[in-house]
Amino acid sequence: MTMIFGIPIQALLGQLLVGLINGSFYAMLSLGLAIIFGLLRVINFAHGAQYMLGAFVGYLLLAHFGIGYWPALILVPLIVGLASMIVERLALSRLYDVDPLYGLLFTFGLALVIEGAFRYFYGVSGQVYTPPSQLSGGTNLGFMFLPNYRGWVVVASLIVCLGTWLLIEKTRLGAYLRAATENPILVQAFGVNVPLLLTLTYGIGSALAGLAGIMAAPVYQVSPLMGSNLIIVVFAVVVVGGMGSILGAIVTGYMLGLAEGLTKVFYPEASNIVIFVIMAIVLLVRPAGLFGRDA
Amino acid sequence: MKLLSLASMALMAATALPAMAQVSDEKVKIGILNDQSGVYADFGGKWSYEAAKMAVEDYGGKVLDKPIEVITADHQNKPDIASNIARQWYDTEEVDAIMELTTSSVALAVQGISTEKKKINIVTGAATTELTGAQCSPYGFHWAYDTHALAVGTGGALVEQGGDTWFFLTADYAFGYSLEEQTGNFAKSKGGTVVGAVRHPLATPDFSSFLLQAQASGAKVIGLANAGLDTANAIKQAAEFGIVAGGQRLAALLFTLAEVHGLGLDAAQGLTLTEGFYWDRDDQSRAFARRYFERTNRMPNMVHAGTYSAVTQYLKAIDKAGTDETEAVAKELHEMPVNDLFAANGKVGQNGRMIHDMYLMQVKTPDESKEPWDYYDVLATIPGDEAYIKPSESGCPLVTQ
Repeated sequence: MTMIFGIPIQALLGQLLVGLINGSFYAMLSLGLAIIFGLLRVINFAHGAQYMLGAFVGYLLLAHFGIGYWPALILVPLIVGLASMIVERLALSRLYDVDPLYGLLFTFGLALVIEGAFRYFYGVSGQVYTPPSQLSGGTNLGFMFLPNYRGWVVVASLIVCLGTWLLIEKTRLGAYLRAATENPILVQAFGVNVPLLLTLTYGIGSALAGLAGIMAAPVYQVSPLMGSNLIIVVFAVVVVGGMGSILGAIVTGYMLGLAEGLTKVFYPEASNIVIFVIMAIVLLVRPAGLFGRDA
Repeated sequence: MKLLSLASMALMAATALPAMAQVSDEKVKIGILNDQSGVYADFGGKWSYEAAKMAVEDYGGKVLDKPIEVITADHQNKPDIASNIARQWYDTEEVDAIMELTTSSVALAVQGISTEKKKINIVTGAATTELTGAQCSPYGFHWAYDTHALAVGTGGALVEQGGDTWFFLTADYAFGYSLEEQTGNFAKSKGGTVVGAVRHPLATPDFSSFLLQAQASGAKVIGLANAGLDTANAIKQAAEFGIVAGGQRLAALLFTLAEVHGLGLDAAQGLTLTEGFYWDRDDQSRAFARRYFERTNRMPNMVHAGTYSAVTQYLKAIDKAGTDETEAVAKELHEMPVNDLFAANGKVGQNGRMIHDMYLMQVKTPDESKEPWDYYDVLATIPGDEAYIKPSESGCPLVTQ
């Protein structure tokens, strides 16, 4: 068997694939964060809670209304997105004029409240969400046993990331959004409803977190802690990619997933810090991030 | 004359004092310090605090005619935070004893402080045998279970069933190492081998990478030397990667009723595990568990029941000693047998280890389970003397041969 650094190449391929799967979640989550930061200049600390909320809404839909995974894929982002838009209208929009720190503090507090509430009612051990029957089981790829559901996660996240990128960069709505952040007063003068655009943006970013949540539900325990375990890593992804850079968030998400996967093979103890080591190096060499424009 | 009567009164008071009950600051205060927001919040958490309060209420709320108070705090699994709280409790809040102390690294840190401050601590939530080994304390007690008991229980059972090659997924801190080493040694002593191990950070959401390594190792048994949400995620994902279907067995080395409940019987069925308590064991445990359920809407695991037992025994020791002074209470705790709903004929070694029977359980299938929380078949009772290290062999310097 061919070996690389003492690891059989087959095992390495398996680990790379697993890294790619985790990278898919990082990419979807950091994409939402990057959109919100890029267009609203809000550092959305509630993103992890919105991701957790997505998983829980999916679980509750199934447990109380018998609504399965496929409809939930549409419903959950809508519900999470709408709830977030209400929060944005009622509270967050009032903070745009003050120091960005207030937005950060507000969303951080919101995350603590949401997590605390779910912890109170559901405990931390979590709930189980079984994958849909069409995607249960797995495929033997020769070098590893790939659960079908995880294969689906990679494909779906690529579609979502590409779709969102096209929406922002290539459509009229995306052009409005980008213009509204460059110069809101001028855009408003053209008769575009800028506050509505901002609300919509926050909704889309949060909906992406909700979507990642429902996609993660069959893989991880649906637990109130699932968001806070991930949010810091996702922030690191956004920082490495360049704050606000959408393409940067996507590419960095997959890249760091792979880097983490490799670390888990060669030195597992470091697997939860490798992303931050990379972040520190990137900040030293390119403070604006890999894909960020130098301010 | 006046002077004489004053002097005699003083004399009377002085001679009467030792006979009178001595309770420092007119109150007995017990602190429950554990993880209430992290991966172990269901394993112990505020549910242990409820158990402690229940123990105090059942005791009548008073000891030596002085009120008993229970306070609690969240140490977030961080030894530095736990140490700060422990110092504050002992120094300024007149706390007499700290209990529960989930997470081994935290328990070791707080036991160090308790020794320094000459205060009692009773650990129910943490697992490492270090607490009653090299780092034992004259005022430290270890109540519910430890890594050795888990290794003997689960490890022994699986080796007997032919699981002679092991691969470990180990939480990267004191508890994980201790559990991995002792289970590995136990398996080796029965003729088994350990083919590999991988260390993962605490609170890892994704185990797939580690599971692939375990799968590739070809070991018959994959030992999960972790706890709480980590173990639950590992088991769930092992099913996803076809590990059990592929013929490898999972050994959840520290898994309690709380985590079985979270994982659900579909995913947890067939698991072998070791606990020091099962609510559906006898009338006494059932009666306690039903009362506990009314308060908390959940059944107690060994940490919760163990905390109830530890608080009760501590109060009994104060009553018997006639004071809450540390040396006297510690002496009683070492000498008194433990007979309650948690332990029958439990005894405390010189190293502070409470030696009691442990139970080897198998998780029922969804069909076998008759009612909510009906989760275990008790496969075997492991006598305390087999489950725990003999105090004389524990490496605790306090043990006189």
